[in-house]
Amino acid sequence: MLFTSYEFLLFLLIVFTLYYLIPKKWQWKFLLLASYVFYFTAGRTYLLYIGATTVTTYLAARKIQDRKDAFKASFDAVKQGLTREEKKQKKEAEKKHQFRLMLVCLLFNLGILAVIKYTNFTISNINGILHAFGSEKTLSFVNLVIPMGISFYTFQSLGYLIDVYQGKIKAERSLGKFALFVSFFPQLVQGPISRYSDLAESLYTEHKADYRTITLGLERILWGFFKKLVIADRMLVAVNAIIKDTETYNGAFAFVGMLFYALELYADFTGGIDITIGTAQTLGITVTENFNRPYFSKSIKEYWKRWHITMGTWFTDYIFYPLSICKSMQKLSKFSRKHFGEQIGKRIPVYLASFIVWFTTGIWHGANWNFIAWGIGNFVVIMISQELEPLYYRFHSRFRVLGKTWFKMFQVVRTVLIMSCLRMFDCYRDVPLTFKMFGSMFTKFSVKSLTGAAFSGLGLTVWDYAILLVGALLLFTVSMLGRSGSVRGKIAGFAFPVRFLIWYGLFLTVLVFGAYGIGYSASQFIYNQF
Amino acid sequence: MTEIQEKKKKKSAAKRGGCILLCAVLIIGSLWFLQQLFMPKYMHDIVEGAMIAEYYQEEKDHDVIFVGDCELYENISPQVLWDEYGINSYIRGSAQQLIWQSYYLMEETLRYEKPKAIVFNVLSLKYNEPQKEAYNRMTLDGMRWSMSKVHSIEASMLPEENFIEYVFPILRYHSRYSSLTEDDLTYLVKKDAVTHNGYYMRVDVRPAENVPEGKPLGDYTFGENAMSYLVKMNELCKENGVELILVKAPSLYPYWYDEWEEQVEVFAKENDLKYYNFLKATDEIGLDFTEDTYDAGLHLNLSGAEKLSRYFGRILSEECGIESRRGEAALEAQWDEKRQAYEADRDAQYAEIGKNRNEE
Repeated sequence: MLFTSYEFLLFLLIVFTLYYLIPKKWQWKFLLLASYVFYFTAGRTYLLYIGATTVTTYLAARKIQDRKDAFKASFDAVKQGLTREEKKQKKEAEKKHQFRLMLVCLLFNLGILAVIKYTNFTISNINGILHAFGSEKTLSFVNLVIPMGISFYTFQSLGYLIDVYQGKIKAERSLGKFALFVSFFPQLVQGPISRYSDLAESLYTEHKADYRTITLGLERILWGFFKKLVIADRMLVAVNAIIKDTETYNGAFAFVGMLFYALELYADFTGGIDITIGTAQTLGITVTENFNRPYFSKSIKEYWKRWHITMGTWFTDYIFYPLSICKSMQKLSKFSRKHFGEQIGKRIPVYLASFIVWFTTGIWHGANWNFIAWGIGNFVVIMISQELEPLYYRFHSRFRVLGKTWFKMFQVVRTVLIMSCLRMFDCYRDVPLTFKMFGSMFTKFSVKSLTGAAFSGLGLTVWDYAILLVGALLLFTVSMLGRSGSVRGKIAGFAFPVRFLIWYGLFLTVLVFGAYGIGYSASQFIYNQF
Repeated sequence: MTEIQEKKKKKSAAKRGGCILLCAVLIIGSLWFLQQLFMPKYMHDIVEGAMIAEYYQEEKDHDVIFVGDCELYENISPQVLWDEYGINSYIRGSAQQLIWQSYYLMEETLRYEKPKAIVFNVLSLKYNEPQKEAYNRMTLDGMRWSMSKVHSIEASMLPEENFIEYVFPILRYHSRYSSLTEDDLTYLVKKDAVTHNGYYMRVDVRPAENVPEGKPLGDYTFGENAMSYLVKMNELCKENGVELILVKAPSLYPYWYDEWEEQVEVFAKENDLKYYNFLKATDEIGLDFTEDTYDAGLHLNLSGAEKLSRYFGRILSEECGIESRRGEAALEAQWDEKRQAYEADRDAQYAEIGKNRNEE
């Protein structure tokens, strides 16, 4: 059930109506049912996977929590008679038990993810290696269907488990409530990857129908539809034309395609998240924000704090930090400081952890080398910018440009261009081709090639370009306005007739100019594939 | 609560009610306007989409109703049937009308009136599944809402179609914003008639030369689905006491195979139905495909259609017992008026052809 399908709108209408009609104590149970119905429509067998993740994570977390509680009780009773060393030993022994439990659950769930998502990728690489060594033997690919949102719900569940293990949260006692946390339908498709501590309370609380919350939610859904249907799905046509015919569309067109894809991805992903957050909001539930005007970032580091925020923090909290402080990394740190000196030695563990995080981020996005290359590309850019920091510092101490508007604009444009270049790996889905197209932007760039006739070959009409231009300007304006506070908050402050005209105008824009229905191919959200 | 407070509360409730009402009017009004604006008008280039809706403007007491595709609405002239035999008839035709669409049109028509006979052209038996969305739309959009329309939509939808887009056609036609013409405003509410009692008149001539032979088919058996609707048509007509007459129009192309002919003959015989294949009677009818067709044998022009109508009118009155209604003053007056439009259309088309010839 696509978010932009009629079926989803009907489903939403039914869920919304019943949610506020049934007794409030049943609301979360009803949401669980709705979430499973939603998931069932995507694929019957998918329920097995999400069910397995839910049950194993729930049981492991419960077991860890029970052990924690039992240990605390027994430890409190005897701790006065123990030495500091004995206390430490006891705690460590218990921690090991809990760690094993967590590890088994992590391996099981990551195993499911790995087998489903990465088996064919592994086979393809093995075949490549065999071929390189002259072998004619090839392994056959297996037919595995990737369950919808598996990367998202697996990471969300594992984040919960690690939080329980680390004692940041208490394990959920109710399997049903936990199942809802894992399967909550608006965020099942493409995130955000919520934290239990952020979502749980709002998810299980009883909600009264509140005019303000509901209208804000609907407004957000509408804005999401605008981004997805008016901009992203229209831009998709031109992007597809460029990436499918690289013989024709290279050089300046590769550059144009790169910018088009940047806009498409932004509108697609943020549009989907708007629909997610808006849907949750109409039900009175607050879902974590996933974007904070990322195209206004002045550096790559800042960009990653503002784009797909929940994924970034997940990798930072559950991979980067644990890796950075783990025993092996500490040993490596000592070793490298000793052998390569303080300056280089202290960088090695940080960069290694960072490399692993970006490699994992890449492969999490998809089982293909292009995603891995994209992840590594991000790592390289961040590493270079960190290494060049002293140079920046010297530059800024000599030229006082920092903080000046034009320099800020330069930084923003630079960041957008760098990120767009890296996204070419994602766009072309082929590493050598990406390099070729990237190179063509410098070797074959010709403004003359960007004639009207060539543009018309991209499958968009003058009307489409006009709509895209106006749409992009509207996105930009809303983002600019967002710098001085919530735009939605400002709209909420207007008199009803003004609010109504804004909402209805947006609705009509989506209705008329949306790229939906016959003549347009309904496209899945890009992040739904991950 | 004091009286003032109560008054204020009432005033506020009235204000809110008024506001909601105003919004509702604005929403419904603007959506209606946009829907009307975006829906294709089918007034000029492709007029076939406007045919189905025209029926509702008619006085519904016809003796004969024709149901089917272009082989009816371009080949039979109800005006001739009236003029020569006093038969009051109407063609509920549309482009590539599929057999289930014909069935549901028949079902709908029988709710409005009980003609003595319904004539169905059997060419559409060749289609067992929905074909093209554009043709579906031309038949279905014009139908008034009823269970017949609902069932017809359900039977006709292609996988990429959605029922809700039939309920709210703006969802289907919204992308016409870039191709709106003056016609879309001119015919926003009211449309002109594009047919003469369902007959689409063409007076131009394009002789039939080198008519292609039919390509051999793997299987000549009509599909189960298509045949099941023929059975249902027969049952429906029987239930309503209406005679079902099967015809095959004398169109040279699409090719009509002997194997198909045999199946229709068997069905007609088994069900005691009259079946006329006009392809076998072209000489009797007097058709000359060098001058009686406007598109090389696919459809007849006015000359051909009038010849066929004269021929079939005789069959309807002599063999099917459709009596003349000449002498019914109101009906005579209606047809006189229709004749004027018919002749005006004919003369205008001839004048247009003459003008084009002179320009050449």
